[in-house]
Amino acid sequence: MIEIKDLHKSYKIGKNSLHVLKGININVEEGELVAIMGSSGSGKSTLLNILGMLDVADEGTYTLDAVPIKDLDETKAAKYRNKFLGFIFQSFNLINYKTAVENVALPLYYQKVGRKERTEKAMQYLQKVGLADWASHLPSELSGGQKQRIAIARALAAEPKVLLADEPTGALDSTTSYEVMNLIQNINDEGKTILVVTHENDIAKMCKRVVRLKDGVIIEDEKVNQVRASDHV
Amino acid sequence: MLILSRDTWQEIFGSIQKNKARTIITVIGVLWGIFIYIVLSGAAKGLDNGFEERFENIAMNSMFAWAQTTSVPYAGFKTGRPIQLKLGDVRTLATRVPEIQYIAPRIVKGAFGGESGSVVYGQRTGSYSVYGDFPVLSKIAAQKIYVGGRFVNEGDIKENRKVCVIGERTQKELFGKYIDPIGKFIRIDNVFFKVIGIKKFEDGGGFGDDGDITIPFSTYRKLYNTGDNVGWLAIAAYDDADVIKVEQDVKKVLKKIHKISPEDERAIGSFNLGELFTKISGFAKGLTFLSLVVGIATIIAGVIGIGNILLISVKERTKELGVRRALGATPSEVRGQIILESVFLTLIAGIFGIILGSFALKGIAVASEGADIPYTNPTVPIPFVLGALFIMVVLGTLIGLIPAQRAVSIKPIDALREE
Ligand SMILES: Nc1ncnc2c1ncn2[C@@H]1O[C@H](COP(=O)(O)OP(=O)(O)O)[C@@H](O)[C@H]1O
Ligand SMILES: [Mg+2]
Repeated sequence: MIEIKDLHKSYKIGKNSLHVLKGININVEEGELVAIMGSSGSGKSTLLNILGMLDVADEGTYTLDAVPIKDLDETKAAKYRNKFLGFIFQSFNLINYKTAVENVALPLYYQKVGRKERTEKAMQYLQKVGLADWASHLPSELSGGQKQRIAIARALAAEPKVLLADEPTGALDSTTSYEVMNLIQNINDEGKTILVVTHENDIAKMCKRVVRLKDGVIIEDEKVNQVRASDHV
Repeated sequence: MLILSRDTWQEIFGSIQKNKARTIITVIGVLWGIFIYIVLSGAAKGLDNGFEERFENIAMNSMFAWAQTTSVPYAGFKTGRPIQLKLGDVRTLATRVPEIQYIAPRIVKGAFGGESGSVVYGQRTGSYSVYGDFPVLSKIAAQKIYVGGRFVNEGDIKENRKVCVIGERTQKELFGKYIDPIGKFIRIDNVFFKVIGIKKFEDGGGFGDDGDITIPFSTYRKLYNTGDNVGWLAIAAYDDADVIKVEQDVKKVLKKIHKISPEDERAIGSFNLGELFTKISGFAKGLTFLSLVVGIATIIAGVIGIGNILLISVKERTKELGVRRALGATPSEVRGQIILESVFLTLIAGIFGIILGSFALKGIAVASEGADIPYTNPTVPIPFVLGALFIMVVLGTLIGLIPAQRAVSIKPIDALREE
């Protein structure tokens, strides 16, 4: 599903350049649930953002679902993101003046899906994350866990190939974190490929594979025995 | 398709509603601009119409000439010689200045400071200016005579008839409400005259009032023993003639007849309405132009205000726009939305401005009704309104381009990082 070869990325800070990713190689198969771990500043988000086509690598190749991702202009990137990728952010990033169902329907709006079908689909995904009753609430009326579940529903609504989650539980307490991980595991069980950036071991253990970053390279990449989040709830 | 879709509008409303107070304040900027524009140009139009109405009775290309005293010695005459226009001048002028369509010699007793005619009907007396006129005058300045009466005619002139046309005030003062003056006799300076008409008074000729009495020129000569003397000349040029040139030619000819130095600027006085009209319509045009400039400037200022607000709004919404782009909004979709917001705000403001402006014009029209100012039917021509709206859409689009460009110039990842 994802093929990354010899990926490099530096940030320019004034005259200096900070080499963050120094040759990353990784393959992710369909249906995998991968944790990307590493200490703060190790480049986890940078990697995820490149995978999410929100940022571009300096060097290396990236193939997503057999489509080589290169020479992206913003319009093309937007279309790929819309079609292939679902994002889950640490800070939820819901649009605060839109209701839960409107937020979930937004990616479908950019897919030019008609209004009725859009709302139907959005409701379906709200149902899936157990928040159908909250459809007409604004984000400010929801708890952190609920917001993240809405965000997950939004990420799923466009039926992407891959879900990219950058510290999805970073802003949540442990009980809520496990609820969110439970949801992510369930979605993965249905076959969706998911990458989760985290620096928490217990969250990583709930994935099927753990990739560790340090100093811009992968120092460890292993399959693990998945701990079910539902056991903790 | 993008413009018409309900979703697009919902997106626009959503983001506009987010900051109602600020949106309203910005909209008021543009609204004020178009309001000023509508009110000023409507008022200018009203004044223009008003002037036109006032002067509709008098030929636009008419002029007057009269004689004064010389100010330059010439042909053996000393300076300060009084000049007297004569009836003979009329024919000479008519032949020498071919642009003259009508020429009416006039003479008056009273009006310019002299003693007025004393007029008696039964027990009532009054003093009024008495004009000696030819029928041709009515071709130069319309003489509105009330039904049942008539103006002086050729027969009156030929037979030196003792007939007169009286003014509305004269009628009121001498006859009162219940007596029809037509056919009655009044004494003017002790001579009996038959009233043949009542003239409706219309302001606009400059001098003259509602008490004036007109008698045939020939009768006047005999009554006051004025010989060939003429008080002044009223002249109408052909429609396509240049009145200012006619005025110069008339003066030139008169100077020649009366042996006045061509350099003498004072001996012959003249006044031409064409010039006055040009000045008045110039004033109205100037006012229209001013309203255009002020209005457009205010609209531009308002639209720039909208651009500014959108710029701030775009900056505040950086993160939101980043999220939208992460979810698949293309740069052109983001840009389009912001430009539409700009156009929408501008148009809403414009439409409200036009509506309020029209109300204000209506208010002014009602308030000025009956007041003695030339102000009629203040309307802004539809093309002007449409033009203003069009300009606003164009400006709204142009100004919207700036925040729109700014919104997509930032990379989505940087936008998302923004707090
Ligand atoms: N836009 C940027 N400009 C400059 N430096 C950046 C930028 N984004 C990240 N960095 C730096 O790159 C390094 C990796 O950042 P990041 O990928 O966010 O790490 P992580 O997500 O693992 O904490 C950090 O040292 C960070 O300061
Ligand atoms: Mg990070």
